[in-house]
Amino acid sequence: MLSLDQIKLRIEQAVPGARVELVPNGALADQASLWLDAAHAVECARFLRETPDLSFDYASNVTGVDWPDTTVKTKVKKVVEGQETDVEESVVKPGFLEAVYHLYSMTRKHGPLVIRLRTANRTDSVRLPSFTPVWRGAEFQEREIFDLFGIVFDGHPDLRRLLMWDGFQDHPMRKDYVEPDDYEYEPTPHDEVLEKAQSRAAKEANA
Amino acid sequence: MDEGLRNELSKAGVFTTSLSELYNWGQKNSLWPLQFGLACCAIEMIAASMARFDIARFGAEVFRPSPRQADLMIVAGTVTKKMAPQVVRLYNQMPEPKFVIAMGACAISGGPFKQGYNVLKGIDRYIPVDVHIPGCPPRPEALLHALMTLQKKIEEQSLTGINRPRQMDPNQTGEFPIPTFGAHDLEPPSNPEVWRPIKIDRGS
Amino acid sequence: MSLTSTGAANPFGALSANGTESVQRFSRSPKPDPGDLGGELLEVSMGPHHPSTHGVFRMDVVLDGETVVKLKPVFGYLHRNHEKIAENTSYLGSMPYTDRLDYLCSMTNNWAYALSVEKLAGLQVPERAQYIRVITAELTRLLNHTCLIGFLLQDMGALGTPMMYAFREREKILDLFESLSGARMMCNYMRFGGCRCELPKHWLEQARQVVEDFPHFLDEFEALLTGNEILLARSQGVGVLPKDLAINASITGPMLRAAGVGYDIRKVDNYGIYERFEFRVPIGAHGDVFDRYMVRVLEMRESLGILRKALTDIPEGPIMDPKSKLRGFKPKAGEAYGRIEGPKGELGFYLISDGSANPFRYRVRPPSLINLTVLEDMCLGHNVADVVIILGSVDIVLGEVDR
Repeated sequence: MLSLDQIKLRIEQAVPGARVELVPNGALADQASLWLDAAHAVECARFLRETPDLSFDYASNVTGVDWPDTTVKTKVKKVVEGQETDVEESVVKPGFLEAVYHLYSMTRKHGPLVIRLRTANRTDSVRLPSFTPVWRGAEFQEREIFDLFGIVFDGHPDLRRLLMWDGFQDHPMRKDYVEPDDYEYEPTPHDEVLEKAQSRAAKEANA
Repeated sequence: MDEGLRNELSKAGVFTTSLSELYNWGQKNSLWPLQFGLACCAIEMIAASMARFDIARFGAEVFRPSPRQADLMIVAGTVTKKMAPQVVRLYNQMPEPKFVIAMGACAISGGPFKQGYNVLKGIDRYIPVDVHIPGCPPRPEALLHALMTLQKKIEEQSLTGINRPRQMDPNQTGEFPIPTFGAHDLEPPSNPEVWRPIKIDRGS
Repeated sequence: MSLTSTGAANPFGALSANGTESVQRFSRSPKPDPGDLGGELLEVSMGPHHPSTHGVFRMDVVLDGETVVKLKPVFGYLHRNHEKIAENTSYLGSMPYTDRLDYLCSMTNNWAYALSVEKLAGLQVPERAQYIRVITAELTRLLNHTCLIGFLLQDMGALGTPMMYAFREREKILDLFESLSGARMMCNYMRFGGCRCELPKHWLEQARQVVEDFPHFLDEFEALLTGNEILLARSQGVGVLPKDLAINASITGPMLRAAGVGYDIRKVDNYGIYERFEFRVPIGAHGDVFDRYMVRVLEMRESLGILRKALTDIPEGPIMDPKSKLRGFKPKAGEAYGRIEGPKGELGFYLISDGSANPFRYRVRPPSLINLTVLEDMCLGHNVADVVIILGSVDIVLGEVDR
């Protein structure tokens, strides 16, 4: 298989205007990934599948990742009342949702090529292009991401909830999902279950 | 009937019995389970019905696909919130007398999956359970033991009085309300008529 | 049907050597077109409680008479939130949950998860542990395929008999697993960088005995089934899956190989120590239910070859990487995707670590779910009774489909 830099170059040559970025992987160097911009993603995907020496014809694993908002604290030198002091400034880095595709080639038997798509934020702009028209294997997995993470895939032929029921309103795999308080009597709870049981008992005592 | 007289009679070749004994004897030896597998425990349930463990020795090998022909529901596996209404509906569709075995940790309490948002924390929130089998999954022998426990329970039931079975009491119903899908959880999350947990003081 | 070889010829029975071409093909007369009878379409919900959906699986089927014109699978009746629970527990804490994914094949699930974490943390697996893994995984393959064929025949209406035979063999393998790990089904046997405990005394002899006896069972099973006219009539030409569609829809495992694509991750990735074993990959020619059945039978025979060699070659030595820590296990930040050839297809685990004790993202790539993508394509135009068989030949386990 070509190296990621070469593939990046090939995509940029073949799809004019496409923005491809290399995302390094701290644990496993040969599974670093390419971040495609959403506008040209489908075109890039078609290129990856149809170019004979790449021929990534098999989208193995399709999944979502939720990156919540993070607060980065930095120390900044500032002049306060004539004196220079270190002031902590916290900057909120907006989170985003991510769809990760692991591509392999069945004809050339190489892979994986990891590509990622990212939404602008986690709340109102959560649309990404669907790869189902390119790889049908993504059909159910994209539905699952829509169900559990709330990414809306444009161009998906049948975008419905996959696992939860239709009237369900939350996206349970998001990091900030709060599950229903339905813990029952348990004689020896511990850790989070104990906390939940205690908060429940406190609520019942107040009521 | 006097036990001594009964022994004497049986020596003389006269078999005596009472209506309730006959009724319970017939019922306990032909428990037909519903062919109803939910998860991992269902495989052990199938194993119990196969040659090695042979549930037929206890008269319960006739797994019925239709709830209308079944006496016994073996809740074998995790009941999810999406599946719970169907389980209750199936239970309602079974004719009296009917019994429930909760097989495995998940059916009892949610088991290892109890922290899951889509897992019902025990089927006894919606329907009454006769026998609980612990284990994840219980061995087929455990299912056989549960079946024998249930048979003992049936054998000892009296047909009259305050503890008579449900179907003998016109004031009791064998049907339970089916929960509906809500926006975040099942509604209601449990049936207070069936599920009465013990309150304990947890401090704060 | 053909077999791709890696060199050495593997002597098979007459049937397997030249494949299904020696099995008579059942000629099916085309369905007479009744023309437009002006009937209404009927919508049927098969499942989630249905005796032949292999668990709590549901299909919304639209029927024209008895012919399927539309079929939509409905999932989620066994969605047990495995991924969410795993993200809230330690890496090792998820190991017992992987047993309950595909609850027929706990050993291969363990292996796939251990493999991914080993990639993430850079652990090496000692030689003896590698052999134990191969042995348990191939035994799992035997177990899964035997049960599947039992269930499939049950779906075709052979009530009881094939299942009884299949479960008899299953019990023998489960006894091995029980003496090895303490549990029949949920073995929880593998650890990151090795295996949990040493083989019990005489285990290898017992395993050899099981492997030695298995071909007799398989011959008996095949004598009963392969070539049986009812099985041929019900399975040949039913549920045909074209090769291109199979690749595009990410189908893996025996289903893909029955469609004629020689893609076996044991060969492609050479994970573990599979490059040391000579085995062939059975490939189907027609992509129908019969080829899927046949591919599994042949795969079992190949697995027996691997098992025989592994059981002879297994060396003495440690079974755990000394670098592996059970407590305080925190791989450095990064991500890894590891996959193995499970009995049902490509089973993969995708893990993102943020350097803490819990995985930040934990994802299972479920072969059963993705293999169902083409269920509608395979069922259209067939009768309802065929839908049951086609579903049976996909080989799904709901614990893995819904997770």
